[in-house]
Amino acid sequence: MLYAILCYNQEDVVCAWSKEEDAAVMAKLGAVQQRLAEEGRLGPVARLMPTTAATTLRKDREPPLVLDGPFAETKEQLLGFYVVDCESLDGALQVAKDLGKANPGGSYEIRPIAMFQPGPAGA
Amino acid sequence: MTDFGWIEGALAAARPQAMAALLRYFRDMDAADEAFQDACLRALKAWPKNGPPRDPTAWLIMVGRNAAIDAVRKTSRNAPLPPEDLLSDLEDAEAEAAERLDSAHYRDDVLRLLFICCHPDLPATQQIALALRIVSGLSVREIARAFVVSDTAMEQRITRAKARIGAGDAPFEAPGPIERAERFAAVAAMIYLVFNEGYSASGKALEAKGGLCDEAIRLARLLLRLFPAEPEMMGLAALLLLQHARSDARFAADGAAILLEDQDRSLWNRRMIDEGLALIDKAMLKQAPGPYQVQAAIAALHARAACAEDTDWAGIDRLYATLEIMQPSPVITLNRAVAIAKVRGPDAALEMIAPLGGRLDAYFPYHGARGALLLQAGRRAEARQAFDRAIALANTAAEAANIRQYLDRVAAKD
Repeated sequence: MLYAILCYNQEDVVCAWSKEEDAAVMAKLGAVQQRLAEEGRLGPVARLMPTTAATTLRKDREPPLVLDGPFAETKEQLLGFYVVDCESLDGALQVAKDLGKANPGGSYEIRPIAMFQPGPAGA
Repeated sequence: MTDFGWIEGALAAARPQAMAALLRYFRDMDAADEAFQDACLRALKAWPKNGPPRDPTAWLIMVGRNAAIDAVRKTSRNAPLPPEDLLSDLEDAEAEAAERLDSAHYRDDVLRLLFICCHPDLPATQQIALALRIVSGLSVREIARAFVVSDTAMEQRITRAKARIGAGDAPFEAPGPIERAERFAAVAAMIYLVFNEGYSASGKALEAKGGLCDEAIRLARLLLRLFPAEPEMMGLAALLLLQHARSDARFAADGAAILLEDQDRSLWNRRMIDEGLALIDKAMLKQAPGPYQVQAAIAALHARAACAEDTDWAGIDRLYATLEIMQPSPVITLNRAVAIAKVRGPDAALEMIAPLGGRLDAYFPYHGARGALLLQAGRRAEARQAFDRAIALANTAAEAANIRQYLDRVAAKD
């Protein structure tokens, strides 16, 4: 089964990492990713740009409203996600724990994927 | 990275908000600064043991406040400091404090802090020094190095700035909408100056100043979070990202500057470019153009060209024309002439900059650009004269070396 592992962390903190700190975290994450890829279990991986670069389309009205952000008053923001093939929730939790060791603070949300359609953009 | 590298990251991220809240509390920059340092020391002791608090910023504000109050008590009554274990009581108080210090409050605090640093009574150099010291937390020594002045001189500059805005006179109430808009421009300009200070450095100075560009981007992101719907703020952040993305391609190994058209574009930082493009695209949706957005749009056209030949010079010419209307300046006209030369040839460009001679006679880039255009037009004798004048005005060895390359080209054609 495919699981999405959504990475949440405080954007302010992650954006304050120095280039070296950022590279160190990415290298450690890369090691976990490489293992998963070798096992043929790694789907798309995305790191999202800061929420300041984001736009929200609210469609509860006509015409839909274009807003900046998300700027909900939350402490943690969605900063990226992985798609991983795992036998069970246990397996997905283990992947999240491995990723978590590379990446201080924040949290991972593990969401089973109901439908997955790899398109040319993800190739 | 050390195992506790996350603490340093969290402290740096919390700094603007914590400093701002402490300043509101103490109404004295030195006291707020000392309280923050004190809180950071305690965090370095307590967090590795207890793990990070739920809200690091609220923790730092509270501990900083308590530590400073203790210090006052200690000197006035000679009472001992409370034992460190008492700090663990903070865990319970933390949630409550975090609730009180809601985001709206933070927003006003940080704005006030930036606004105080950009007090209109302060000269720009003092605004920058103060912001780097108070908001970014750079040490006096780091700032002195970046501005190539002695530690003592920088210390004096910062002390003077602090004295000038004297805690008593600084406005501590949240600024009204009009003042906010006015000061927003001042804060944005300050961030732009910090960036330029880093960007215009070269060679040895670049090592010392390179960090200023990163710092300016960090401040721009902070301000963008405070003004998330302000297109000029998106434009400023985009401009800085798009310019800084080229930093690895701007200098040769020997320190000589490499012109934009000669840069190895594979060295451009794709991630910064993508974020810059995303921000300028988003700003354009608002249909409220301003000078930062136009400059970012020019940088975006350069960034979008896969090679120098693909550059959309007609688009750049149009954008410079817009900028000329917004901010008429001979320097902008000079920049526009470079685009004109690409679209309509060197003669059109020379005609355009001819009237600028009087005002830009002492401006190094004017003579450099004019020489290059004359050379392109085949007027070699006049080109040599322009280049000679440029060398006489060069501020750095790299600038002079750059012009000498042109003179060599003239000589090769003779």
